[in-house]
Amino acid sequence: MKGLERVLLRLLLVVALPALLVVAWWYASDGSTDIYWPPLRTILSTFPDVWTGERLREDVLPSVLRLSAGYACAAVAGVALGTVIGSYRGVRAVCEPVLEFLRAVPPPVLVPVIMLFAGIGDTMKVVVIASGCVWPILLNTVEGVRAVDSVMSETARSYGITGVARLRHLVLPAASPQIFAGLRQALSIGIILMVISEMFAASNGLGFTIVQFQRGFAIPDMWTGILLLGLLGFVLSVVFRFVERRALGWYHGARDASRRSS
Amino acid sequence: MLDVRGLKKVYEGSGRRVEAVRDLTFTVDAGELVCLVGPSGCGKTTLLKCVGGLLTPTAGEVLIGGRRVTGPPPDMAVVFQEYGRSLFPWMRVRENVELPLKQKKLTAARRRELVADALASVGLMDAAGAYPWQLSGGMQQRVAIARALAYEPRVLLMDEPFAAVDAQTRADLEDLVRGLWRQRGITILFVTHDIDEAVYLGERVLILSSSPTVVQEQLKVDLPADRDQLHTRVAPRFAELRTHVYEQIQAAKRGTPVADRLVKDLTDTPPPQ
Repeated sequence: MKGLERVLLRLLLVVALPALLVVAWWYASDGSTDIYWPPLRTILSTFPDVWTGERLREDVLPSVLRLSAGYACAAVAGVALGTVIGSYRGVRAVCEPVLEFLRAVPPPVLVPVIMLFAGIGDTMKVVVIASGCVWPILLNTVEGVRAVDSVMSETARSYGITGVARLRHLVLPAASPQIFAGLRQALSIGIILMVISEMFAASNGLGFTIVQFQRGFAIPDMWTGILLLGLLGFVLSVVFRFVERRALGWYHGARDASRRSS
Repeated sequence: MLDVRGLKKVYEGSGRRVEAVRDLTFTVDAGELVCLVGPSGCGKTTLLKCVGGLLTPTAGEVLIGGRRVTGPPPDMAVVFQEYGRSLFPWMRVRENVELPLKQKKLTAARRRELVADALASVGLMDAAGAYPWQLSGGMQQRVAIARALAYEPRVLLMDEPFAAVDAQTRADLEDLVRGLWRQRGITILFVTHDIDEAVYLGERVLILSSSPTVVQEQLKVDLPADRDQLHTRVAPRFAELRTHVYEQIQAAKRGTPVADRLVKDLTDTPPPQ
């Protein structure tokens, strides 16, 4: 009973602020005659008309697929390169200034450049997403790999755990909390770049649709697109959290244990 | 079994040159339990890392069973002081113990057998499915000892393994190590800064000088093989031995070996080979 009460209380705290904001929006916009600022009532009633099954299939699905592809490429490349750079001091010394420079370049400005050699199709969009997502993953992996505990490292060596086994059983698990921190940052960057890449030379996708609505003065429709984007980001972050909790269960457990004892 | 000859280690870096170990020569016979004590900061850990093949000595050599150590030898296991940083927190106890065995390419059945046996002999059968951080410090160090045992080493190195656990746990672990040593006949080199622990555990105690380190004295511990916390520690002979070691360490700190009246009848210095 006590447990149930606690769950309900937590749920209440979680939904309280969003509910408050929605109510505030609802009443603030109610009766609005401003064409750019339609009442929330109108936006919500437009939502089911705009986001039909067909739209979801032809605009949302391609967006999500591009995001997944770009994100996956960035994750693989970021972790692989980050592991190499983090493992060797020499490589790190050579790469670090370049990485800092590349990271500082805002990914959206690369869109016109990437268009030049990747065309205007899906490849371009995937490359844009990957090229923006890769940095936080790469840099966090480098830090995580570098920070592998010296005692663990010596333990592994003294038991003959070297090469691939060392990578698999020591380096990657030890770096995984940092890697996940990078993946988390990359996810929000990925969503932004997904939309931006679709605003340039696209024929479908969420970003494209929102811009189309805006140009056609279908303002409530545009707002529904923005709401849908927010929802998509929210769902992805919940999924990410779930995966992270499972993969890093040991990390959170160990951290809680050391907090309790100190 | 273990020969250390003229071992010297100099650390060089950023303009500083530190001679941690000057010239160490000693042997440990097969099946012997030898304790190394010395003043703090005397290069005990450096010595142990050289013996374990984790550091390359500047001069001299280490031989195990007549073979020169150039990297971590496959028939040697190390138990570190920092148990919390030596066990992998992402693996359960069973997996931690099993991992080195996988590297040895043992069959799954043999691995299971060794893991179960090692965990049973440190009294942790029930904890096989737990994560290390769910266990107390003493239990974590038991897991580290089990991992070393399962590896079936001929030589076991222990680097101040009980320095970070409380006094009662420490007494239990000391008895555990002595019990395992007698059962299994492993050669153990046990590094400690605790004089009582060295005398209680060892068949022989090597007293190191302060850095740059040499062997100050080798002392045979002529206490009975059956030792227990209650009686051994109050035996007059125990008190004599620990007093002697203590004096030697104090002398080592001052840098002058004492010409102690006890030395003659206490020491039995095997000639360095």
